[in-house]
Amino acid sequence: MYPEELQYTKDHEWIRVDGDTGTIGITDHAQKELGDIVYVELPKAGDPVTAAETFGTVESVKAVSEVYSPVTGEVTAVNGKLEDHPELLNSDPHAAAWLIRVQLSNPDEVESLMSSEEYEAYIREAESH
Amino acid sequence: MRYLPNSPRDRAEMLRALGHSSIEELFSQIPEPIRFEGRLNLPGPLSEQEVLELFRQAARQSSRKYASLLGAGAYSHYRPAAVDALLSRGEFFTAYTPYQAELAQGTLQAMFEFQTLIAQLTGMEVSNASLYDGSTAATEAALMAMRLTRRNRVVVARTLHPEYREVLATYVRHLGTEIAEIPYTPSGQLDLAALESSLNKETAAVVIQSPNFLGTIERCGEIAEMVHRSGALLVVAVAEPLSLAVVNPPAEADIVCGEAQSFGVPVAFGGPYVGFLATREKFVRQMPGRLVGETTDSEGRRGFVLTLATREQHIRREKATSNICTNQSLCALAATIYLCLLGKQGLKALAEHNLAKAHYAAGQLAAVAGTSIPFAAPYFNEFVVKTPGKAETLLRELQAKKILGGVHLERFYPELKDHLLVCVTETVNKATLDRMVQVYKDFSAQKKVGAAAPAAGPHPVGQEKA
Amino acid sequence: MKEHPRHARPHITRDEGLIFERNSPGKCGVDLPAPDVPAAPASELLGEELYRKEISGFPEVSELEVIRHFTRLSTWNYGVDTGLYPLGSCTMKYNPRINEVVARLEGLATDHPYAPADLTQGCLKVLHETARCLAEITGMDAVSLQPAAGAQGELSGILMIQACLTDRGNPRKYILIPDSAHGTNPASVTTSGYEVRNLKSDAHGCLDLAELDRAMTEDVAGLMLTNPNTLGIFEVRIREICDLVHRKGGLVYMDGANMNALVGIARPADFGADVMHLNLHKTFTTPHGGGGPGSGPVAVKRFLEPYLPSPVVVQAADGTYGLDDNRPKSIGRVRAFYGNFGMAVRALAYIAANGGEGLLQTTQDAVLNANYVMRKLQDVYDLPYDEPCMHECVLSDRRQAARGVHTMDIAKRLIDYGFHPYTTAFPLIVPGAMMIEPTESASKEELDEFIEAMRAVAEEIEEDPEFVLKAPHTTRVSRLDEAKAARKPVLRWKP
Repeated sequence: MYPEELQYTKDHEWIRVDGDTGTIGITDHAQKELGDIVYVELPKAGDPVTAAETFGTVESVKAVSEVYSPVTGEVTAVNGKLEDHPELLNSDPHAAAWLIRVQLSNPDEVESLMSSEEYEAYIREAESH
Repeated sequence: MRYLPNSPRDRAEMLRALGHSSIEELFSQIPEPIRFEGRLNLPGPLSEQEVLELFRQAARQSSRKYASLLGAGAYSHYRPAAVDALLSRGEFFTAYTPYQAELAQGTLQAMFEFQTLIAQLTGMEVSNASLYDGSTAATEAALMAMRLTRRNRVVVARTLHPEYREVLATYVRHLGTEIAEIPYTPSGQLDLAALESSLNKETAAVVIQSPNFLGTIERCGEIAEMVHRSGALLVVAVAEPLSLAVVNPPAEADIVCGEAQSFGVPVAFGGPYVGFLATREKFVRQMPGRLVGETTDSEGRRGFVLTLATREQHIRREKATSNICTNQSLCALAATIYLCLLGKQGLKALAEHNLAKAHYAAGQLAAVAGTSIPFAAPYFNEFVVKTPGKAETLLRELQAKKILGGVHLERFYPELKDHLLVCVTETVNKATLDRMVQVYKDFSAQKKVGAAAPAAGPHPVGQEKA
Repeated sequence: MKEHPRHARPHITRDEGLIFERNSPGKCGVDLPAPDVPAAPASELLGEELYRKEISGFPEVSELEVIRHFTRLSTWNYGVDTGLYPLGSCTMKYNPRINEVVARLEGLATDHPYAPADLTQGCLKVLHETARCLAEITGMDAVSLQPAAGAQGELSGILMIQACLTDRGNPRKYILIPDSAHGTNPASVTTSGYEVRNLKSDAHGCLDLAELDRAMTEDVAGLMLTNPNTLGIFEVRIREICDLVHRKGGLVYMDGANMNALVGIARPADFGADVMHLNLHKTFTTPHGGGGPGSGPVAVKRFLEPYLPSPVVVQAADGTYGLDDNRPKSIGRVRAFYGNFGMAVRALAYIAANGGEGLLQTTQDAVLNANYVMRKLQDVYDLPYDEPCMHECVLSDRRQAARGVHTMDIAKRLIDYGFHPYTTAFPLIVPGAMMIEPTESASKEELDEFIEAMRAVAEEIEEDPEFVLKAPHTTRVSRLDEAKAARKPVLRWKP
């Protein structure tokens, strides 16, 4: 269910690392919690991001969620498709609906993130309460 | 008590079902020391006739028998009978906010029509479903500009309604926002040179009023150009939006806001009124207040819902665009009905009527010895008159002739002592205007210098400010 | 599956488009009197550049069409006049018709706020007397009617706390708010410049005193609370709570939205509140109007009186009324003029019609009705906090959620039974909340019908949850696509 090549955060973001660049998005669990996504607010290419700090928001009809960056670095690309098709986040959160690409300034930060197995266990834990 | 639908028997049955023997037991959890056991010192209970008499007495001690030339942010216009007839329908006025859209399509569609009418009138792309009033609308507009530009300085025209400026100051005090005031020129308009030198990289918004508090119409196009060059946004507040039926709207502005009380909402000693805020589509997500949007239901039928609610307090909580919850729905409905009744032809005709009447009055007054119309700029239905002698005394003379002749501007602008702000709408007939002019003539002829007599201004109890 | 239920009434489905869609050039809904001054062409008086030739797109219809258009629209609405409107925290009570008559009396509806005081004694008296009555009811010492609605009342109150503490040497930084609070509370706090600190409620849904003690530090300006709280439960330790806050130099703000439970029973000033607001459109019957206007007067103890919004209505020794704007410590204005005067008229009419005894009876009925509904439904819907409630109660959809049906769905199905829904999904501390406030404006008969309807829906959820999920079935429009409205907002008609 949760792609193995991605790594996950406690706030339900994922990151796919390729060397010293990363692609970041929100997980299927996050989009389910939010419901129909209507709007996404993202930074611009060139903006800095900091690990554990918010870089944007995702909005559904009834809720707004901050999105936190798993890593520190600089935004190199922003997914332009989401402006006209925010609903992509509901249908394909782990691939086509990536949010931003970043140049990592500290690649070691990904060590502390969860694997797909760990993330699945984490969600199961949270849901059982 | 006639409003309560439960009988003593109903109450007894319900108490029995709850296992209580008396209604007091329902409050047993309230600690003794804080229970109120006394008698509330309140009027009543009164029968309906007695309630009516109580308020009739109050209504007798009013200015209802006087002709009024008072404007200054609250305008007397005739309210067609159809407005109250429709507002009084229980489904409109006893309904709640339309959160359950299926049961509130009436309110929602009417608000959608309100948004459309305001957008059309102001020349903007979108409008919200109303705010509390003009003063808070202007304030919300400034705050919106600050959010959009991420700057913390607001430039305001001194001719923006004095009370609107006070409200703005209250709202931004804790933000440490600098508010700079730009004076007016001898023509009664915003001093463009002063504006130019005041603008800087910290300026989020320039807030002007047009027609302004002195009645004159601003040069919005020129102002907009200047404002935009500095990266700030232009907010134009309109306190008398009837003017927009005959004066080109400030299409170059970024936000047009103001007070829609002129449209079918009674003057009612200051409230309730109805603010509006209209802007460009690209700013929509930073707009405060409720928004009604069009959509479809599961069968494809057109319907309306409150939308973009994520801006608002009930979702965003501390991060909301504003703390506002209520809009002024019923007053906005009154405005919608009014504007539909008058429509394209009627509103224009009414505006032209106001324009002609005000210019007639000004012309007649200008011809009286010792009287002048100091500001040369174009105006709509309000203008400033320099009185032939003490304004306070003249106002009392007018009052003796059952005319409320205007607002003495000294209380807001000390340099405008003995200047009156006069508003002429369709509710004042020519005979009254001519009678007023006659009082000016007589006053001027006698050259009354105004003895020390009790002030008859709006705030007689207020002492001199230190 | 149940038969077509009793009381379900299909809304009138007559189609009525937007007013702009029935345009016909040349029509007008009014005939203006001929101008009695010499004609003067607007283009000349204003100049060609300023002169507006037309308002593009504005409607052109007759008076009859306007009447029919809005009459039809009104039939698609549900109001308090229609039936039980059990929205929790909104107090949807009867709006007495005499209030509408007196508010429209010439003199009260027509006086200009800047008319000389000697000619507006009637209006000033109404403001003064309304303020006095509200002070009497709350036990407070002074009231301002200037705030336009509850949220503005809250803002005024917080600003006054700020001004007072600044005078004492330190405004401090935080305001404590329970996690059960209405959304305007944190929003109002932020608007005043303070930061919000959330307080978790205890297992009974009430303020946790240990939590409060920990949170109430020397940099906290005060506590903002609602009593009874948004679960409808009275904070029995309220005196301790207020004392705790006061001991640490803070002040207590009470959100008066739930006053319908307290009028004549307990006065917030007596249990320790320093400042509070009232919602005239809740407790005091001024009409909700489809979302406003409201009125949110703010009431304070004597020591906060200097900070009230300016001007203040005062009565001189000779009995005449006036406006005092010589208020150097005032927080300033929160809006132009004096407040929603028309709402003060209606509130005063309601108070005078009832007198103290009528108001007490009203409170008793409101609390009785809510308890009755709660007890009659708690075997069918989950009751998260089994305490006696006051004027409102909160159930939850926990049992029904197991069948995939949630509070919003139950609410939508209730519509088919002829009732307006209760408040869904609030307060946030109860997942799947169903907040019911019948108010005193409900007879036992109507409550029994409501209870029967709620029980019927619970049964339907067991037998045919799909049917409930697709509700409402009998309204003019079915569930609307809110996601579509938010993704591509269409906020106006275009030709």
